[in-house]
Amino acid sequence: MKAATSDEYKILGTRPIRHDGADKVTGKAKYGADVQFANLAHGKILRSPHAHARIKSIDTSAAEKVPGVFAVITANDFPDPQDKIADLGEGPVTLSHLGSNVMARGKVLYKGHAVAAVAATSTHVAEQALNLIQVDYEILEPVLWVLDAMAEDAPLLHENVFTDSMGEASEKPSNIEKHLHFEKGDIEQGFAEADIVIEREFKTASVHQGYIEPHVATADWNEDGQLRIWTSTQGSFTVRHQTAELVGIPLSRVTVYPCEIGGGFGGKIAVYLQPVAALLSRKSGRPVKLVMQRDEVFEGTGPTPGSFVRVKLGAKNDGTLTAGKAWIAFDAGAFPGGPIGPGCMCVFSCYDLPHATVDGYNVCNNKPKTQAYRAPGSTHVAYATENVLDEIAGELDLDPLDLRLKNAVKEGSRRVDGPVYPEIGCVEVLEAVKNSEHWNAPLEGPYRGRGLALGFWFNCGLKSSATANVNTDGTVTLIEGSTDIGGSRTSLAMQLAETLGLTAEEIHPQVADTDSVGYTDVTGGSRVTFATGLAVCKAGEDIQKQMRQQAAVLWDCDANEIEISGSTFSRNGNSISFQELAAKQLQLGEPIVGRATVAPDCSTNGFGAHIADVEVDPETGKTTVLRYTAIQDAGKAIHPSYVEGQMQGGAVQGIGWALNEEYFFGDAGDMKNASFLDYRMPTCLDVPMIETIIVEVPNPDHPFGVRGVGETPIVPPPAAITIAIHNATGVYMRELPASPPRLWKALQEA
Amino acid sequence: MSKKIHVTTTINGEPIEFLCEARHSLLEVLRDSLGLTGSKEGCNNGNCGACTVMLNGVPVDSCLVLGVEVEGATIETVEGIAQNGELHPIQQCFLEGAALQCGICTPGFLVAAKALLEKNPHPSEEEIRFNLAGNLCRCTGYDKIVRSVQAAASQLQETTS
Ligand code: FES
Ligand code: FES
Repeated sequence: MKAATSDEYKILGTRPIRHDGADKVTGKAKYGADVQFANLAHGKILRSPHAHARIKSIDTSAAEKVPGVFAVITANDFPDPQDKIADLGEGPVTLSHLGSNVMARGKVLYKGHAVAAVAATSTHVAEQALNLIQVDYEILEPVLWVLDAMAEDAPLLHENVFTDSMGEASEKPSNIEKHLHFEKGDIEQGFAEADIVIEREFKTASVHQGYIEPHVATADWNEDGQLRIWTSTQGSFTVRHQTAELVGIPLSRVTVYPCEIGGGFGGKIAVYLQPVAALLSRKSGRPVKLVMQRDEVFEGTGPTPGSFVRVKLGAKNDGTLTAGKAWIAFDAGAFPGGPIGPGCMCVFSCYDLPHATVDGYNVCNNKPKTQAYRAPGSTHVAYATENVLDEIAGELDLDPLDLRLKNAVKEGSRRVDGPVYPEIGCVEVLEAVKNSEHWNAPLEGPYRGRGLALGFWFNCGLKSSATANVNTDGTVTLIEGSTDIGGSRTSLAMQLAETLGLTAEEIHPQVADTDSVGYTDVTGGSRVTFATGLAVCKAGEDIQKQMRQQAAVLWDCDANEIEISGSTFSRNGNSISFQELAAKQLQLGEPIVGRATVAPDCSTNGFGAHIADVEVDPETGKTTVLRYTAIQDAGKAIHPSYVEGQMQGGAVQGIGWALNEEYFFGDAGDMKNASFLDYRMPTCLDVPMIETIIVEVPNPDHPFGVRGVGETPIVPPPAAITIAIHNATGVYMRELPASPPRLWKALQEA
Repeated sequence: MSKKIHVTTTINGEPIEFLCEARHSLLEVLRDSLGLTGSKEGCNNGNCGACTVMLNGVPVDSCLVLGVEVEGATIETVEGIAQNGELHPIQQCFLEGAALQCGICTPGFLVAAKALLEKNPHPSEEEIRFNLAGNLCRCTGYDKIVRSVQAAASQLQETTS
């Protein structure tokens, strides 16, 4: 491990207080729902009570007559995008699908699908008006379970969706919108070489990202045609683009002001409310605010796919894996799109398999359109692979850690979907497990067990911009476009501070609106600290270049003769500090503004391993997590508290996924538990302290070695927990969640 | 529209009067009528604790209280925790302990944690977890929140002893 020691750096690896901290502990921080305007109208959305139905007619006349109602809209108020396809920053999107998800056109495809919207003096008046909208539905049979939706005779969601099978379109329309196939080596030979072959099937329920802040947007369509939007989003530029396309105006006529965001986890990238608020504003001539209620969040926004995964692994008696075969089917929900690609990528991403095939299917069904959720697709497949691997360890009587170490990917290993790994930290993470106090601590007692699982997420690069203005008081104002969900302002400021030899407090980071900063992709893919961090480092170098020139003016020399060490510029025994030079900048020349844009085309490859100790109550089937440790390669932990926080938060989300969280659907496709009371996310009483071990194998594509850390931590928990349950009880839980009733039943049947 | 009702109350130490409809929750009054948007709405039905305020010395979900019910009451919101331009130790400990990521749950946790420490200055980890179980956080996994409350407890103990 050639981890950088923290004393190589002055700022990186320290734990300064976040720049937006005081605002956030005093209630002053402005989140999306906190914006207020004069003449503000409040909107509400009418949602479908049916999971699948044709809209025969909508009559809004009575609603329009309610005193205090300013505007009522339906899909007819949106321009028809026809069959236009747009690249909105995350690959091509069929606009009619995006638009029909925002406001149903012709058909409703899930319970909670938006069909009309009202703007009024208050939400209460808007609600009254919603009750008066008459929608005539022809109810159709819904299909919920992914394998049912794949059947030949399944109810068909879209007449115009055909299976895209590795670029070839099917002849007949189908709910299966995509089939991916990857192979490596010779699968037959691989299984022939194996001494043991195990194949198992796994199911997972739909789960929600569960951010505490509901979706919110306020739009003001000005008389001059400029549309301004204040919203909670992971990506203000993608909201700008999506909204402009859906309301039919050039994107330069839209300005998006990102508010503080109360969690996203992938679920706040697609637009829901922004285009609706925009059209209500245009129609009413007022700014309009839309805020979802919690049931609307559950029923109308992205859960992550429910899934069916079949994994087959072959191994020699010494534990060497010879072959792997996976068959993966994910819910797309109401419209095409979803993480089947990453699912295929991640199913065997931790192990060096000489022979493998992977087939993935993405399937439309009558659930809300699925959205990204932290390492989308990876958790489902790691749950399957890690459990099969654990069974192999058991059958061969091998240590589960040694089995993983023996097969772990390293630099040069080729993944089944193609890429060859650069320098990665999979082995180092497993070695950290081996050396950890937790792994070596005894765990005794009946119905107690320990589980270990590995997880991977590739982590994006994408595009970022940054501007840094040097102030005459020696500080720097950093302007960037990555909305800050978990302390990224500070992790970016720290990188600029390290570059310039300043303190974190001498940098003032600001997240700017879409008119005030260069194009920046979403806060997602665990990319911000890495990619926006790269932009920030480059902007710092740009500042140094300009300051060197000013120092050259001061000393009447060539800029190349000036050396920079920390915040000191020197030449021939003369030296001047950053602060002094900053103070003189307006006398010496032009104002100093650093700028940079980046588009790193690489993955930062994050590996993590989790250790879970559980105790199962055989009377109730309830699993208690006794002890939990997350180990992860962060490349370089810029602000260790925020790295630990990502590891802990992801682990607990994963524990919820493993043990409790699921959408319960009735036969009519209606969600039965659309509240935080019944959709049971972990409370602080449900979990222990989450111990963390940060491993640092520097990423060669970043000056400080940063890797993305945000997503990997949700990948191992369902696997680690179910393996621990197996070790505690002898039963394998091959369906998530391993909730008390399900586990109790399994124990009875064992 | 129903007629508005006049309510007199004390919020963060100041006498306040407001008008509200019978159907308005205290959370709506605080946020929309009085501009005290520090209290957050996560669920509007008592399940998340983001709207927690002190009502006559007891932490409550303000989305479950009607505006008209607070006639004559004393209310403390997150905006009232810092005093004279100084953060309260619980706020300082949350910042130092990185107990917030997105921060939307933070106002509710601060109010609930302060209430706990006023009632029980030396809570065990178990007592902290039990008393904060009505507040959901989706970002942190609770580890740093619990540790920050522990840190605040020892800091408050030092300042009082
Ligand atoms: S908003 Fe009041 S408890 Fe959630
Ligand atoms: S910090 Fe985001 S919900 Fe708690």
